[in-house]
Amino acid sequence: MMSLVMRRTAAIYAFAERQFILTKRYMVWEIVYVLYSLANVLAIGFMGAGVQNLMGSKANTQHLILYLLTGSLLWGYLAVIFWEISNIISWERWEGTIEYTFMAPVSRATHIFGVCTYAVIYSLIRTAIMLAIVALFFHLDMAKANLWGAFVVLSVANFSFIGLGTVVAVLPLISPEKGSQMTGIVEGVLLLVSGIYYDISVLPHWMQSISMLSPATYALQGMRRALLNGDSVTQLWNVIWPLIVIGAILVPLGLFVFGKAEVYCKKTGKLKRNG
Amino acid sequence: MSEPAIRLVSDEISTGERPSGLLALEIEGLTKTFRKDSKDKNVKPSGIRKLLPKAKTLSRVVDSVSFSVKPGEVFGVLGPNGSGKSTLIRIISTLLLPDEGVARVFGHDVMKEPDTVRRMLSRVSADAAFFRRLSAMENLIHTARLYSIPQKTAIERIKMILERLEMSGEKLETPMLHLSRGMQQKVAITRAFIILPDLLLLDEPTTGLDPKSKREVQKFIRELKERDGSTVLLTTHDMEEAEVLCDRIAILNSGKIVAIDTPSGLKERYGGESGSLETVFFALAGKTLEELEEDGE
Repeated sequence: MMSLVMRRTAAIYAFAERQFILTKRYMVWEIVYVLYSLANVLAIGFMGAGVQNLMGSKANTQHLILYLLTGSLLWGYLAVIFWEISNIISWERWEGTIEYTFMAPVSRATHIFGVCTYAVIYSLIRTAIMLAIVALFFHLDMAKANLWGAFVVLSVANFSFIGLGTVVAVLPLISPEKGSQMTGIVEGVLLLVSGIYYDISVLPHWMQSISMLSPATYALQGMRRALLNGDSVTQLWNVIWPLIVIGAILVPLGLFVFGKAEVYCKKTGKLKRNG
Repeated sequence: MSEPAIRLVSDEISTGERPSGLLALEIEGLTKTFRKDSKDKNVKPSGIRKLLPKAKTLSRVVDSVSFSVKPGEVFGVLGPNGSGKSTLIRIISTLLLPDEGVARVFGHDVMKEPDTVRRMLSRVSADAAFFRRLSAMENLIHTARLYSIPQKTAIERIKMILERLEMSGEKLETPMLHLSRGMQQKVAITRAFIILPDLLLLDEPTTGLDPKSKREVQKFIRELKERDGSTVLLTTHDMEEAEVLCDRIAILNSGKIVAIDTPSGLKERYGGESGSLETVFFALAGKTLEELEEDGE
């Protein structure tokens, strides 16, 4: 008899494999999406490069470019993980397959973990491709960068975004039409308060309070300090522990909220095909 | 016709490991009520009232339903649109939580032991839901993996089931959106049988199929009954289908079971002069043919 671990591994692989095949099947969309994101990242990089001409002052252009590109690329990476979970729930609602997924003898944690496993791998590859292309346009000075520190921050940040994505995936589960738009609103708020392109100190005080709750704030601070200043993992601890705490809260909270939403849908009959 | 290489029932059933005397399905006092938008067309909100939530009314879709299905039985639930057939199937499938009552699959409570029940049953609905850009094989292998079925075993079963459904294996690599409605439904049936279910829930499996596909699916269900000893709960509003395929039939009307008997028993009791199941249906559904047509029959 196949052990529980083997069964769960097979199910995680099944969800990851399905996501991979869907990416292949919608390759044109993927190319368009990557090109659009790349154009955005490059535009932001050039914005940094143009500051000196615009302001007429001797700004540290290299530092500014790396600062902006770190924000842009990291946000792209985290947003994909965040988006992928709620997107697949919307998709399953539209296709009507959510009923068959929920009928399968697979726990919700295994289901979500399978989707997230693919999202992390996909987002890493996508970001690496974009970084390689961006590096051709800008002479990025990474001499001081502590890549190990950046990797640790990124790895820990994944959990927070998986948790956040699971919480937000409740929206399309309950309403595929309105849920996707609501996911966009949550993403927009995170973009605004997390200091993707600026230091959060420029935000109004009340917005700074909100930014303290966003895992992206700590992820960005940690990545920038690792890549721009070469901070070690020990020095980065003051951003790593909040990410661990937020992740430790958000992952179980996400599963709990999703579980409650699933029960609500099963009570109200909202799992029926809707599209 | 030669015996199938694989019997399309679970190992516990085919090897006789399932305790004898255990009912395949027991439904006791199942009730489900939904809140629906009020259908009173004469009341049109105006002004600020338009912004307020719409008035809701309670609609009892399944009302104190009780019946049982024996292992190896094909049990039909016949009823007009909106009579509660699909809701009943969804409750047994663990996709809906009832307000009251109990549903047990081979002794396992659907609400208390959903994971155990999920391993025992499969469902085919009128609306075959798949990832449309994925091929039939990709969709089927995905299901097999979720049920921890090795790929080699899954492929063997898929080919064998499709052969019995008279569908060419060449179509397996075709994306679902390029398959006809009939072929999609055959793939849906294959998906249900990959796991060798103890109990198969067929929710209007032939609705919307062309006559040829309909006959092929019906032939397959008949074979399941005769060759595999599968236990099937079949909902339909096709009287001929119910009569040919079902050992017993329950007539569901407005969420309530109004009669349960064998097809011949029902015809004897309610068939009147014509003695047809159609007459039974109209008598027990409490509607005329015209009214049913208005409902979308």
